Amino acid sequence: MPWLSILMAVPVLGAVGVALLPKGSDKLAKQLALAVSLVVLALTVAMAVQFSPNGNRFQFEEKYAWIPSFGVHYGVAVDGIALVLIALSAILVPIVVLASWHDAEGATRLDLKSEAVPPKRSAKTYFALLLVLEAMMIGVFAATDIFLFYVFFEAMLIPMYFMIGSYGGVQRSYAAVKFLLYSLFGGLLMLVAVIALYVVAEKNTFMFPELVGAIQDPTTQKWLFAGFFIAFAIKAPLWPFHTWLPDAAAQAPAGAAVLLVGVLDKVGTYGMLRFCLELFPDASKFFTPLVIVLSVVGIIYGAIVAIGQTDMKRLIAYTSISHFGFIAMGVFAMTQNAQSGATLYMVNHGFSTGALFLVAGFLIYRRGSAQIADYGGVQSVAPLLAGAFLIAGLSGLSLPGLAPFVSEFMVLIGTYERYAVPAIIGATGVILAAIYILWMYKRTMNGPTAEPVKGFTDLNGREKWVVAPLIAMIVALGFFPKPLLDVINPAVDQTLTNAQVTDKQPVSTVAEKKGAGQ
Amino acid sequence: MNGGTIEAPTIEYALLAPMLLVFGAAVVGVLIEAFAPRYLRKSIHVPLTLLALAGAFLLTILQAVREGVPTTPAAMGAVAVDGPALFIWAIILVLAFVSTLLINDDEQFVAQAAAVPGSSDEEDAVRHGYAQTEVYPLLLFSVGGMLLFPAANDLLVMFVALEVLSLPLYLLCGLARRRRLLSQEASVKYFLLGSFSSAFFLYGMALVYGYAGSIDLRAISSSLGTVVGQDTLLYVGMAMLGVGLLFKIGAAPFQAWKPDVYQGAPTAVTALMASTVLVAAFGAVLRVFWVALGNLDWDWRPVMWGVAILTMVVGAILAITQTEIKRMLAYSSIAHAGFLLTGVIATGGAEQNKEALSALLFYLVAYGFTTVGAFAVVTMVRDAGGEAGHLSRWAGLGKRAPLLAGIFAFFLLAFAGIPLTSGFFGKYAVFAAAVAADALPLVVVGVVTSAIAAFFYVRVIVLMFFSEPAADGPSIAVPTVGTSAVVTLAAAATVVLGVFPEPVLNLADQAASALFIR
Repeated sequence: MPWLSILMAVPVLGAVGVALLPKGSDKLAKQLALAVSLVVLALTVAMAVQFSPNGNRFQFEEKYAWIPSFGVHYGVAVDGIALVLIALSAILVPIVVLASWHDAEGATRLDLKSEAVPPKRSAKTYFALLLVLEAMMIGVFAATDIFLFYVFFEAMLIPMYFMIGSYGGVQRSYAAVKFLLYSLFGGLLMLVAVIALYVVAEKNTFMFPELVGAIQDPTTQKWLFAGFFIAFAIKAPLWPFHTWLPDAAAQAPAGAAVLLVGVLDKVGTYGMLRFCLELFPDASKFFTPLVIVLSVVGIIYGAIVAIGQTDMKRLIAYTSISHFGFIAMGVFAMTQNAQSGATLYMVNHGFSTGALFLVAGFLIYRRGSAQIADYGGVQSVAPLLAGAFLIAGLSGLSLPGLAPFVSEFMVLIGTYERYAVPAIIGATGVILAAIYILWMYKRTMNGPTAEPVKGFTDLNGREKWVVAPLIAMIVALGFFPKPLLDVINPAVDQTLTNAQVTDKQPVSTVAEKKGAGQ
Repeated sequence: MNGGTIEAPTIEYALLAPMLLVFGAAVVGVLIEAFAPRYLRKSIHVPLTLLALAGAFLLTILQAVREGVPTTPAAMGAVAVDGPALFIWAIILVLAFVSTLLINDDEQFVAQAAAVPGSSDEEDAVRHGYAQTEVYPLLLFSVGGMLLFPAANDLLVMFVALEVLSLPLYLLCGLARRRRLLSQEASVKYFLLGSFSSAFFLYGMALVYGYAGSIDLRAISSSLGTVVGQDTLLYVGMAMLGVGLLFKIGAAPFQAWKPDVYQGAPTAVTALMASTVLVAAFGAVLRVFWVALGNLDWDWRPVMWGVAILTMVVGAILAITQTEIKRMLAYSSIAHAGFLLTGVIATGGAEQNKEALSALLFYLVAYGFTTVGAFAVVTMVRDAGGEAGHLSRWAGLGKRAPLLAGIFAFFLLAFAGIPLTSGFFGKYAVFAAAVAADALPLVVVGVVTSAIAAFFYVRVIVLMFFSEPAADGPSIAVPTVGTSAVVTLAAAATVVLGVFPEPVLNLADQAASALFIR
């Protein structure tokens, strides 16, 4: 059964169906979108249980010639890493659909300052875009043909661009254009590298498995690595390529922000792990000190800037920059622990940031403002909402027992094995995380109840259905991450083999370690 | 001398049939103007023009399929109907056919060109429902010239073709129904600058003749390096030929006419110029620089590098400042000419790089269709004074006419080269060929300017979709059957070439593998 093609086809057909509904059938559009996304989730689960962690690296393979003149194939398959990321997307989309139920309807409480809530727009289009985006998210992780990967990598910008630009906050069009141009620029640099890879490798194919090890010349590797890496670093985003993210995430509607930060940005770190490391192993080792330094700077910088934010969504965006620093550090530490941890972190971060954005979205929907200062004492009027916000926040600061703790711990341990000093500096990010999360919680939830907050209703049935699965995942993966790790570990082993790294610390890296630490 | 017999020239009529058919129909068109009553003219012209173009297309296909590609020049060495020429003919004929459908719109053309703008004569002409039906034979003459231009195998024939294609266009540019002074100004500018560049071409031809003693392209090629002490003649002549040809494609620094002419001309004529003339001119550029001057590529290539870089940069940067939709598309066309020049450079010298040639041919097909489609949309957005050219008038079009705005946005994304549009594969093919031909720096410039160019395409999308509509915004004209057919066809071509480019790539490959007759 061509699982992956079906996974992509279902949301595309669903999107067409939603878009073709007659005018005024917004409710039907939402229900159809939810149904389609649940079907995709069910199919993903059905596929995932058939995945054998210790079988071939790439499973559910499909390969057809697409454009023989260019050596391009429609090639899809998943390894453990891609599988968990596809699963993450498939779980998040129905939740986001449910959470975005009223996002396209504009401000309902006009008595409140409603700057953060955009005017009414077509709900149909929003949910159609969401489903198209889902198909592309699955495609980008499943692609084993580098050209196909590039096609998805660029094409997925378009639905997100319209979601931010049409449905976002006041500054939406600025944020959408900034997002598109940054990503497009990175993507075009990658295009040059993709072309050069094809030309230099002389294999007449873009299939990833055949291109592994094809480039031997160190100088060529470095240039190609740079082309790919900058695109991924913008996407992820790593410091100093991050400036588009706070704008985009703050202006996007909460649901779109979840997919943007939770899944789209993962394409960057996933790309580093899959393509940079395996295609250009020597260059990766050469650039490792630089990347580790950038990551550590990102961890600390993101956290410190997050502390100073006055806008909830911007704050969450900056925490993500800090977390992406951890992920990138884990990827480039090149130890089993660190890379497994980084992969696990990609999944956990999706759930934890997703929960934070969505609960923040509920708050903003009620209050009509994203400013932290506009809140206060929510706990006493809406205890469930406050509780959900607390759990989501605690997972963001990696509290033991919640999912991100496991991954962050693994990344730090794994990095310490090879690069002690960066790991130690990075660990301080955990403390800073406690400051930004708890302080935000205190300012919004505790204290005297602010006047506009008094009318807040607690979570309604739909919102509970949004929050419950996320919190369940966060808690479950916090206590029992083994099933995920079982799937991830063999793929990470394979990555490390292709990157020509052994897990034991080689003597030669002692010098590198010192270089990176300074 | 005395008593010598003159040999009757051999003419391969079958081979030249497409061109002869077009010219023949043009002559018949003139007779119709002379003898048919005014009220009948249009109803004869339109089917005649369409049939002639369709017939010529069929003859071209038949020639390619049945007879195969000839390997020797026809008409005593004056015309070379080879693989690339046949392919270019087919593109020109299809695009001209499509443009004719656009031209068949009474709102486009002036009632009586001789009437002074704003005079009572003009009012009379409009009241009597006059129409300047000469546009059809003029169009056919111009298309005939475009067919001859890229197939010309000696410089004199090429010059004649250049004039035959240009003179009717100068006239057509001045026939806009609205804003007639602007249109007439465009016409005069185009005429003056065009004549100037033709003079350059003619002078260059004379100098090259002085060097080689022949105007036959092959003879020029074989004379290279055999004549001693006349190099100045050759180089100056080559440069002047280049000026004449680069003017026609609108390469910087000879691009100044493009925005004015594109803006002033009736939009249907702009569509014709922007697509077919570019195709024909690139055919001629390739023929001159390959067949005649291929062995001099060490000398012309550096200059061409400069021109290509300048063209890309000028096109992309000046486009940003434009506030008029047709001017913006004109600068976009300049930028695209730059990308195409990258392909010309990749084709390199006498050894003829097949991949680059086929990439160029594909690019021309992709760009031609998208361009005609984009201008067709422009004809439909109107307000009281005719077409709503100013970009601010386009604000909120996405709300008023979502389908039309969506299609236009799609064309813009194709211009920007986003994956899953034809523009992406065009750009990819040309850049890949250029990387393979060691022109990596050019590709990097191309990529950077693509990113800059994306900015102004995206700006229009922002205007259409993310801005509130102006209160007295333009209305969408009910499209004629022809116009909607054009838009549909162009959109379909942009999608199909963006998803399944293989068939056309194969055709281009076959055409390119036959190479130019030398």
